[in-house]
Amino acid sequence: MRKIWFVTAAIFVVAMGGVASAEAPGDPTAVKSEDGKYLDKDGNPTYKVEADGTVDWYTYSGYRRYHSECHVCHGPDGMGSTYAPALKDSLKSMNYADFLGVVASGRKNVSTSQENVMPAFGDNPNVACYMDDLYVYLRARSNDAVGRVRPAKHEDKSEAYGKAEDACMGHNDKK
Amino acid sequence: MRKMLYATGLGAMAVFAVGAASANDELHKMSQNPKDWVMPTGDYANQRYSKLNQINAQNVGKLQVAWTFSTGVLRGHEGGPLIVGNMMYVHTPFPNKVYAIDLSKDNQIVWKYEPKQDPNVIPVMCCDTVNRGVAYGDGKIFLHQADTTLVALDAKTGKVEWTAKNGDPSKGSTGTSAPMVIKDKVLIGISGGEFGVQAHMSAYDIKTGKLVWRGFSEGPDDQLLVDDKTTELGKPIGKDSSLKTWQGDQWKIGGGATWGWISYDPELNLVYYGSGNPSTWNPKQRPGDNKWSMTIWARNPDTGVAKWVYQMTPHDEWDYDGVNEMILSDQSIDGKPRKLLTHFDRNGLGYTLDRATGELLVADKYDPKVNWTSGVDMNKSSPTYGRPKVLDAASTDKAGEDHNVKGICPAALGSKDEQPAAYSPETQLFYVPTNHVCMDYEPFKVSYTAGQPYVGATLSMYPPPGETNMGNFIAWDGKTGKIVWSNKEQFSVWSGALATAGGVVFYGTLEGYLKAVDAKTGKELYKFKTPSGIIGNVTTYEHGGKQYVAVLSGVGGWAGIGLAAGLTDPTAGLGAVGGYAALSNYTALGGTLTVFSLPQQ
Repeated sequence: MRKIWFVTAAIFVVAMGGVASAEAPGDPTAVKSEDGKYLDKDGNPTYKVEADGTVDWYTYSGYRRYHSECHVCHGPDGMGSTYAPALKDSLKSMNYADFLGVVASGRKNVSTSQENVMPAFGDNPNVACYMDDLYVYLRARSNDAVGRVRPAKHEDKSEAYGKAEDACMGHNDKK
Repeated sequence: MRKMLYATGLGAMAVFAVGAASANDELHKMSQNPKDWVMPTGDYANQRYSKLNQINAQNVGKLQVAWTFSTGVLRGHEGGPLIVGNMMYVHTPFPNKVYAIDLSKDNQIVWKYEPKQDPNVIPVMCCDTVNRGVAYGDGKIFLHQADTTLVALDAKTGKVEWTAKNGDPSKGSTGTSAPMVIKDKVLIGISGGEFGVQAHMSAYDIKTGKLVWRGFSEGPDDQLLVDDKTTELGKPIGKDSSLKTWQGDQWKIGGGATWGWISYDPELNLVYYGSGNPSTWNPKQRPGDNKWSMTIWARNPDTGVAKWVYQMTPHDEWDYDGVNEMILSDQSIDGKPRKLLTHFDRNGLGYTLDRATGELLVADKYDPKVNWTSGVDMNKSSPTYGRPKVLDAASTDKAGEDHNVKGICPAALGSKDEQPAAYSPETQLFYVPTNHVCMDYEPFKVSYTAGQPYVGATLSMYPPPGETNMGNFIAWDGKTGKIVWSNKEQFSVWSGALATAGGVVFYGTLEGYLKAVDAKTGKELYKFKTPSGIIGNVTTYEHGGKQYVAVLSGVGGWAGIGLAAGLTDPTAGLGAVGGYAALSNYTALGGTLTVFSLPQQ
């Protein structure tokens, strides 16, 4: 199962040729949901925030994973740091496919004046199993749909999500 | 292979025990000349105290910029320059340039070294590509590059004399710390606590770069370099002291990084340093005390064998790395002269131990807001003697995976990080740059992949409730464990302090100020805003009969990452923006050395 995910990510990278396309992410409005995952009109993952502040599970999970794996370079809440760019801004112009490509295979921008290198997370399950979560959270941040703090209320984790997560992370492996 | 190394180490011990004492007495002597600054820590005791007194409490207000030097590198600049006679050696973060500057020739660059390193090491460096400086000894300059290459350069020409590979960046090891020359060896630690590295302290032969010994932070006894005489709090640690405290093979990815400063007592012939957090940050995933992470180590520099250890934070639940410096001082406690070791740990406790025996004398909070523990058990007959009492409300292990524990002080940054404190033998006070930040911490399950981050917790940080200052600069009495005075700082103080015989203490701020305060009262006497935020250490030296004060500015590091955008109040609710001051409103990137002196009379 984990292998399948990585292959999927790799296909994206190949499809994109590793080059960011100019296409912006488009309207983030959720038009349908599948097992707690919301999708926009193009079928890309997106967030759902209720009037009372309740966020979908992916946004919440993405918040948690971001503040473990990403914030040590990109700063809290996608705000950027002295070291790496603010993803709440990057995601305004980066679409889903580009996002998956960069996270899976990394990116290098090294010159005499700067040396920015992002590692490839494609074979790191702590990141690769949560690509959609991270994307949805950062998409919500880029549209100011969620603020700089931990979402106070969230939808429950769906059964299908839990199963896929356990399979991807290998949590069902019994020795 | 490893066995062979140890065999070599043991063989070498017999030889060195007899002959080597004289090999680098030269450096020890040089460190006592206040005109120079020949070690990254100033001296072996890590006091960061200078006998120079031309600049003093009366005239420091007149300080001026004498000259400046751009390093040409943008990233976070930790550490500080060395001064050896007419020469100054300035290092930079990745790509780890070294400049040799002739102070007697209008600060001309005599040579420059810039290694070719694979840029893939950059993202393995957890929190910015910092480097904490070079060491001098035996006519050579030693640099620990980001890619873990330890390189010896001819101090006169910059020519590479030897190189040694201290780790494997593709497995998560990197080089950030400053080497220390002790007798005929170069000692160096390793970074990678967030990448599941089995960390170690290593000693290389100063002439050849051959590995002489390597002591790991966790593992079997022959890898720890411990024996039946190694003690903790006066009792032998016994066989398999580390293995017993890990589940299965977890020690192999156990962390315990060693990227802090190193100190040395030539009379006791003991080297001191701290080991960092166990990997991962999720305590549920690694049951046990996880020895010897979070530990103060006292090792014999000839053999590496540990004389004593003391684990400060058994089974860490908050990333309270134990790597901070060990400051050696001789003071009297209860009328008795003692050889002391004082350490300001990330966990918020200031420890004073007897450095000969490892006896624990003082363990007290140096930030009153510290709330994860009610204190350390000081009762020698208690079964939990020497252990901190963890409060349930702050225990991320008790709360368990996927539970967010709120309001823990200090944050993972610690009440103090690597930025070294100073000690003045005149005032008998420690001057400590501190962080005043708390956190929410939620551990969850993670998988280990070699060379990838192995973190396993989500955290958010903010100042203690009701306060807005994220730092304090304090004076601390290590004999009694009391704060003598405390100055608020808007941001964490992330600069190494300097104490001088002029009765002045210097430090830098994240906004970029170099500040001078009165050693007795803390009263601010001078400040100057350098080109960027300061995470470097303040240094002083004398040249041509004049005292200079030098500091690297260049914001970055953990502080630059955590504080750049400003912290938020977690209780402010949805939509709260920039609850606290954002560092990005005060400073931007760029490495510069700024050198100060008094105006011409």
